[in-house]
Amino acid sequence: MKVTANHYPQEAARVLRETPEVRDSVTGATLNFDSKRRQAYAEVEAETWRRWAEAVKNHVLTHLERYLLEAEANLQKNGVQVHWAEDADDARRIVAEIARAGRVKKVVKAKTMVSEELGINPMLEAMGIEALETDLGEYIIQLLGQPPSHIVGPAIHLNLEQIRRLFHERFQTPLEASPDQLAAVARKLLREGFLQADMGISGGNFVVAETGTLALIENEGNIRLSTSAPRIHVALVGIEKLLPRFSDLSVFLSLTARAATGQRLGTFVSLIQGPRQPGEPDGPEEVHVVFVDNGRSSVLADPEAWETLRCLRCAACLNACPVYRQTGGHAYGYVYSGPIGAILSPGLLGLSETKPLPYASSLCGACFQACPVRIPIPKLLLTWRNRAVQEGLTPRLEAAAIKGYALAMTRPWAYRLASRAVRLLPEKALDNSLVPVLKAWTEGRAGLKPSPKSFRQMWEDGEV
Amino acid sequence: MKVALFITCLADQFFAEAGVAAVRLLRHLGCTVTFPEGQTCCGQPAYNAGYWAEARQVAEHTLEVLEDAPYVVLPSGSCTTMLRAFYPELYRDQPRRFARAEALSRKTYELSEFIVKVLGVSRLGQGLSGRRIAYHHGCHALRELGIKQEPLTLLRNAGAEIVDWPAAEECCGFGGLFSVKLPEVALSMADRKLATLPQGQMDYLTSADGGCMLHLSGRIENRGLNLPVRPLASVLWEAAQR
Ligand code: SF4
Repeated sequence: MKVTANHYPQEAARVLRETPEVRDSVTGATLNFDSKRRQAYAEVEAETWRRWAEAVKNHVLTHLERYLLEAEANLQKNGVQVHWAEDADDARRIVAEIARAGRVKKVVKAKTMVSEELGINPMLEAMGIEALETDLGEYIIQLLGQPPSHIVGPAIHLNLEQIRRLFHERFQTPLEASPDQLAAVARKLLREGFLQADMGISGGNFVVAETGTLALIENEGNIRLSTSAPRIHVALVGIEKLLPRFSDLSVFLSLTARAATGQRLGTFVSLIQGPRQPGEPDGPEEVHVVFVDNGRSSVLADPEAWETLRCLRCAACLNACPVYRQTGGHAYGYVYSGPIGAILSPGLLGLSETKPLPYASSLCGACFQACPVRIPIPKLLLTWRNRAVQEGLTPRLEAAAIKGYALAMTRPWAYRLASRAVRLLPEKALDNSLVPVLKAWTEGRAGLKPSPKSFRQMWEDGEV
Repeated sequence: MKVALFITCLADQFFAEAGVAAVRLLRHLGCTVTFPEGQTCCGQPAYNAGYWAEARQVAEHTLEVLEDAPYVVLPSGSCTTMLRAFYPELYRDQPRRFARAEALSRKTYELSEFIVKVLGVSRLGQGLSGRRIAYHHGCHALRELGIKQEPLTLLRNAGAEIVDWPAAEECCGFGGLFSVKLPEVALSMADRKLATLPQGQMDYLTSADGGCMLHLSGRIENRGLNLPVRPLASVLWEAAQR
C-alpha cells in the first residue's frame, strides 16, 4: 500500500474540513464498539485475562524462532504448505506463484489487513485475476476504490446514506433500502463469487504451534466460505501471530472478540487443520500458510518497540481513541491507523516515512486501558517522539524553542523575568499571529489571558 | 503538617487565584505551606514532545528544589503525573537519579487527592450547596494515577451536584503541544466533548488541569457558549467557606 503518513496533519485537517460527516460516522460506531467492549470486559476478570494474554504473547515473542519452527512442522504434518515471505515483494511473488500453478482466475478475499499491507489485490489485478472482497465492509470500500479506514470495520467512515447511494448507483437498489436489504443484495453477488472462485485468501488471527491450527474469527461467515469453498486457500499470517498451545485459544478467542466487538466469541470461529482429507465432503485441495515478516523482525529486535508485536489487531485502541474518532483511519496514510498504527507504522516503515504519526495523540491513555494485551501505547508514542528528536526529524524552530525553554526553566531568574515580561506586553499580544504556536492556538480559541499578577508575585508580595 | 506547594507554570501564569485558594485551603486544614522559591515548570512540555534530554534538565532542577519537602502538593493532575510517574521513567537507566525521582514520586500528590488520602478529610463544608457542576477529568490524573473519586467526593460532600456528563472522562483535546500541532483535531475533540454536556443550567465547569481549562474555556469563549470554567482549587476553597 502506498504510504502517505507524512501528510497526516494536513489530511486530518482536510477530512474535518471537507468531509465532516466522517467524524459523525466514526464517532457513532467507535463509541458503540467501545461501550460494548467495556461491558464485555466487565463480565470477566479482564485484568487477569489481559495480564495472562500479555505474558503468553511475551513468551511467544521471546521464543519466536522455536515456535515458528514448531508451527511449520505441525502445519506440514497436517498437509499445509508453508512459505516464508521476508518482505512484501516476496509475499506477492509467493502468492503469484501459487495462483499461477493453480491456474487461478478468480479469487475471493476474506478480510485481511496483511493483504492490504502487502498490496495483494493490485498484484492480482495486474495478473488479470479478479479479486473479490467478501467482507461486507471491505466489499463496499472495494467498490469505492478506497483503503480500509478501521482494522475491524473497514467502511466505518461511511454512513448508511452513502452506502445506499452507492448500491443504488451500482445495483439499482431503492434509495431507501434497509441495511438488511443492502446486505442481501451484496450477499447474493458474493455467493456467486464464492462458487466461481478458485482461490481464497485470508489472514489469520492465530496459528497454534502445538497443533498447526489456523484460527480465524469473524461474524459474517464469509471467511469460512472463502477458506473452504475454493480449491486453494492461502492464509497470509504475520510471524507474530503464534500461540504455543491449543488450549491458549480458549482465552485468546474470547478476549479478541470481547476487545474487538464486545462479543463473547465471534459468530464464526474457523479452526483450520489442513486441506480436505480423503473421504471428507468439502474443503480446499491445497492450503498454504505464508508467514510474513515485512519489517516485523526488526520491530522484534527493537528493545522498546517489540511489545507492539503482541497486537491482536482487535481495534479496541481505535475505538477508544478520541483522536482517531475525529477523522477515521484514512488520514493516517497507511493500512494500520489509530493508536496501533501510530506505533506500528514507524516500526514497520521507519520513522522518516511516518514522522507525524507518533504525534497523532493527546496521550490520554484510553488506548492502553482498552488494549487486551496491554501494549503500552502512550509510552511507545513518546519513545518514537524521542527518537524523532534524536534523529533530527523535528522542526528546527521547535528544537530551538525547547532548548530555550529548558534554559529558562532551569534558571529561576530567567523564568521570573519571562513571567514579568509577559505582563508588560500590550493586551492581546499573546494572540500574536507572528508566533506560529500562538497563531495555531488562537485560531478557534479565545486568546490567552495571564492572571494580572503571577502567583509567585503574589506570594512574594505577601498577598497569599 | 508541612507541605510544599508546586504551583506549576500554567497555574502560576494563568490561574494565580487557584494557587492562592490552594494555599488558603491547605492552611485551613491545618497545614503549613511553603513555596520553594526555585521552582519553575515540571518539564512536561519537553517530555511530551520527545525532548527527553531537556526534560531531564528541568526534572533535575525540580528534584533539587523539592528535595527537602516532606510533601509536595500540586493544583494540577497532569503535572502531578509528571513528577510522580514520568520522572522515574526518565531516569530508568540512571539508578541514583531514579532513586531520587522515586523518593519525590512517593511524596507528591494532586491537591484533592492529598486532602482525601493524606489529610483524611472528605468534607470541606457546605459551600457548594445548590451548585450544578460539570467535572472534567484530566486524562493523566484519571488514567495514569487513578484519581477519580477524590475530587468528586469533595465536591459532592460540599453539596454540589455533579452533572451526568457522558464524555466526562474523554480527552478534551488539549494534550500540550498536541493542541497546536494538530489544532483542527484538538478543537474537534473539544467540540465533541462540549456537545455531550447535559442540558439545563450549570454553574460552571471545573477541573484540576490548567491546560485543559485553557483549551476548553478558549473554545467555549470562541464559540460564544455560556459556561464559566473555574479551577478545582478555587471551587474547593469555596466549598470550605460555609
Ligand atoms: S494495540 Fe491492542 S487494542 Fe490496539 S489493535 Fe492491537 S491488540 Fe487491539
